[in-house]
Amino acid sequence: MPNLDTAFSALADPTRRAILARLASGEATVMELAEPFEVTQPAISRHLKVLEGAGLIVRRVEGTKRPCRLAPAGIDTIDRWLAMLRQALAKNYDRLDGVLAAALDTEERKDMP
Amino acid sequence: MSKMTLKTEGDKHVVVTRRFAASPEAVYRAHTEPRLIQKWLLGPDGWAMPVCVSEARPGGKIRYEWTDGKGGGFHLTGEYLELVPFSRIVHVERMHLPDPTPDNHVETMFHPDGTGTLMTMRMTFPDAETRAAMLATNMEHGMEASYVRLETMI
Repeated sequence: MPNLDTAFSALADPTRRAILARLASGEATVMELAEPFEVTQPAISRHLKVLEGAGLIVRRVEGTKRPCRLAPAGIDTIDRWLAMLRQALAKNYDRLDGVLAAALDTEERKDMP
Repeated sequence: MSKMTLKTEGDKHVVVTRRFAASPEAVYRAHTEPRLIQKWLLGPDGWAMPVCVSEARPGGKIRYEWTDGKGGGFHLTGEYLELVPFSRIVHVERMHLPDPTPDNHVETMFHPDGTGTLMTMRMTFPDAETRAAMLATNMEHGMEASYVRLETMI
């Protein structure tokens, strides 16, 4: 289970989020990950170190390469993102209930003689 | 909240349903009229929407600007594609963080349900990666308010 604080700090960077999004579709090497970004491979390696430290990705050794993939716990994190989206929307719609109730009150008052 | 459902569908979709104790007309208007949108489409506690543009006609612009009152904020832009009062809205939207996220295509439907309304919102992203990235960015916005609750869940 990744530490949430570390995981969210790791996610606060757009490049790291993009790396995770890329890894959601499968394993990749540093070279493959660096390709779509305007950053150097060492910079990507630093991002990977942060993601690995946060428990969001795991790396294995294959000759001189160290391909990365999402850690199962990192995937749990995606489920947690969904849970938080659910909370944010639920909050919005609870507020909307209030807006609709207030609008209904106003209409009823308008109908009164 | 048990009356809302949210699920992923296939690789590219997120589908949300919610019941409201008001007519489809009232719920539709709350989704299209700026002065109403500004009252509820706010995300976590403490956020406000000082700028809300919603030109509810095909091709009409959408622009929502949020602020946390502490110097933090971001905005969303979009366009309406199709509107059927008071049953269906189709629009595209993207967040600016500040770089724009890929387009999220959203279809929102309002069906009469007894004396209320059943809303179904179906979001379609270009691909699975975009959906994952969108969930990540949304979550970053939502995380502040959700953090404490989340900690107690784990």
